[in-house]
Amino acid sequence: MNSNIFIIIISSAIFYGTPLFFAALGGIFTERSGVLNLGVEGTMLIGAVAGAWGSQHVGGSSWMTITMAIVIGMAAGGLLSTLLAFLCITLKVNQTVAGLAVTIFAGAVGLSSYFAKIWGVSESPVTRQIRKFDVLGLADTPIVGPILFNQNILTYLSWVLCVTSSIYLFRSRFGLHLRAVGESPATADAMGINVARYRYLHTIFGGALAGVGGVFYSLAIVPNWVDGMTAGAGWIAIALVIFGFWRPSLTLLGAYLFGALQSLGSTLKARNVSVNGDLLNALPFFMTIVVLVLVSSRFAHRRLGAPAALGIPYEREER
Amino acid sequence: MRSPLRLERRLEQPKWLNWAIPLFSLVAALILGAIVLRLTGKNPVDVYQRIFERGFAGKRVFSDSLVSATPLAFTGLCAAVAFRMGLINVGGEGQLYMGSLGATWVGITFDDVPTGLMIVLMAAAGMLCGGLYAGIVGLLRARFGTNEIITSLMMNYLAGILLTYLVYNSFSYWRDPVSGNFPSPRAITQRAEWNTYTVFGVDLPIAFVMAIAMGFAVWFLYKRTRFGFEVGVIADSPKAARYAGIRTSSTIILVMGLSGAMAGLGGAADVGNFRRYMDPKGLELSGYGYTGIVVAALARLNPVAAVFVALLMGGLNNAGYSLRGPDFPSGLVGTLQGLILFTAVAGEILIKYRIRSNSRRSEVVTA
Repeated sequence: MNSNIFIIIISSAIFYGTPLFFAALGGIFTERSGVLNLGVEGTMLIGAVAGAWGSQHVGGSSWMTITMAIVIGMAAGGLLSTLLAFLCITLKVNQTVAGLAVTIFAGAVGLSSYFAKIWGVSESPVTRQIRKFDVLGLADTPIVGPILFNQNILTYLSWVLCVTSSIYLFRSRFGLHLRAVGESPATADAMGINVARYRYLHTIFGGALAGVGGVFYSLAIVPNWVDGMTAGAGWIAIALVIFGFWRPSLTLLGAYLFGALQSLGSTLKARNVSVNGDLLNALPFFMTIVVLVLVSSRFAHRRLGAPAALGIPYEREER
Repeated sequence: MRSPLRLERRLEQPKWLNWAIPLFSLVAALILGAIVLRLTGKNPVDVYQRIFERGFAGKRVFSDSLVSATPLAFTGLCAAVAFRMGLINVGGEGQLYMGSLGATWVGITFDDVPTGLMIVLMAAAGMLCGGLYAGIVGLLRARFGTNEIITSLMMNYLAGILLTYLVYNSFSYWRDPVSGNFPSPRAITQRAEWNTYTVFGVDLPIAFVMAIAMGFAVWFLYKRTRFGFEVGVIADSPKAARYAGIRTSSTIILVMGLSGAMAGLGGAADVGNFRRYMDPKGLELSGYGYTGIVVAALARLNPVAAVFVALLMGGLNNAGYSLRGPDFPSGLVGTLQGLILFTAVAGEILIKYRIRSNSRRSEVVTA
């Protein structure tokens, strides 16, 4: 019963969807503050390589190593996003090009690959991985066991984050301020909110979450370092933010949908179902386009939550 | 806390900034790159010297750099054409793949056509395929308002998967029929190989001459025609353009198509002048489409300048290939190009603003 194919598909959809959700949640925070981060793909890769390095170099117990690897991945993602934040918020440059610059700088043939080579990350395998574990011994429960109680720590953390970030965004004073900054920075400024500070903090935190998404690739999905291993996940995450109408809960569902598409290949192959591998690889990218077209149709536009000041640098009128 | 510097809007933009700022950006990128190299335990002077030697110094090396530069000139034009209207086409990579696909088909199929006509046919096929592929993105943007950045990027991955399928995972027209269990791409006929001229001892591929011609053609289109004027109006204010009766939707599709055609021509050039077959793995490693964005940004979206900036990036790429090894990791070139894009985009603000010191101003006020 527990190896029913649908249960496997759902449980691996959650597994593969988790890094997408982390990156997309980071995108929600960043974009809600009015900054567009197109550097998610590069940020995830930097997080992935830093996390892999951490797992190879931090000693101690397995838990200690994994925790430190995640923290290092977060720090790397946050650091890279600080650069983006400086360009977009302080220097007020074109955010689209700045984001692309982050992805080219850190991407598959950029800094992440360079670090992997000079630190020897790709030479030795990742020995400490983020493993799934059985919560409360419930993993053997029929149906819900393998789906809900046999995931890894980051998946559980993502559920906690989904709830807390929803509360933060929609039920707290900070969230209200954040949304004000993203909708109308001039109004927020007049209210006495420090627009630049909000934008900096949320852009950096968003990058840190993208870094966690990267660590999930290098320590759980693959698990090892391969140049360009996220293979477009960062871009799908950016689309997921739009798809989820800038709300964590909807984005979580979207992430699992795309997680299912990404994992379908390996699941079916393991079951000896013969399908065209290239077609399966193309599916997530194709579906991203389909979904984007759907949400950009006029019907959906009315309930879109796009921050009005997204991508526009804030300049205080002087005199 | 007040920052020590502040930005002040320029009332007029001096002409000399047009070349001074890219130059300044380049120098700044090299300095930042030197810091990265220093921090990672490398000697920046040594690295830069080797890049110069293997990328730019000497006729032999320069000929090789032209090979890397030619597709970049086209992808640079691709980005410049679209970015000028505020359309962020990051699908140059996929559009170049599709151009390679179309041109290879022509190059394999027609074997009794003179070379001159063959070049025209392959170029046309490349432009058509790249243009149509980008046209899809333009259509979605014009018809549904779908964000072109993500769709064009997704289509890069789709094109890559398609090419891989055609060459490695199927018995398609593009796969060499004699390559049995070790699939390899099928080469174009000998007559379909594009000319290379020797000028002052440097091998000048005909495709690079085409790139220069295209650069001027695009410049003329954007600066001297009604269409170009309309594109400029849309870029400045889509609303004003609509009130003025400019057909925004069809212009979006046309500009996207033109942009894709440039990248497609790059794909055709890559097959005709250099590779001689459609090479999914090689193209993916080269990443011409993404580097094209760096080229366009450093050229400040000027199409003619883009062709010459491509020489610079081509030299850098070429040096990267020939130096690749344990002490010159492959990621280094991408890192440097990313830094150049950072400084180029940061340099743009110097066109609009001047940097003033905050402290000096307050002194003046108190005095």
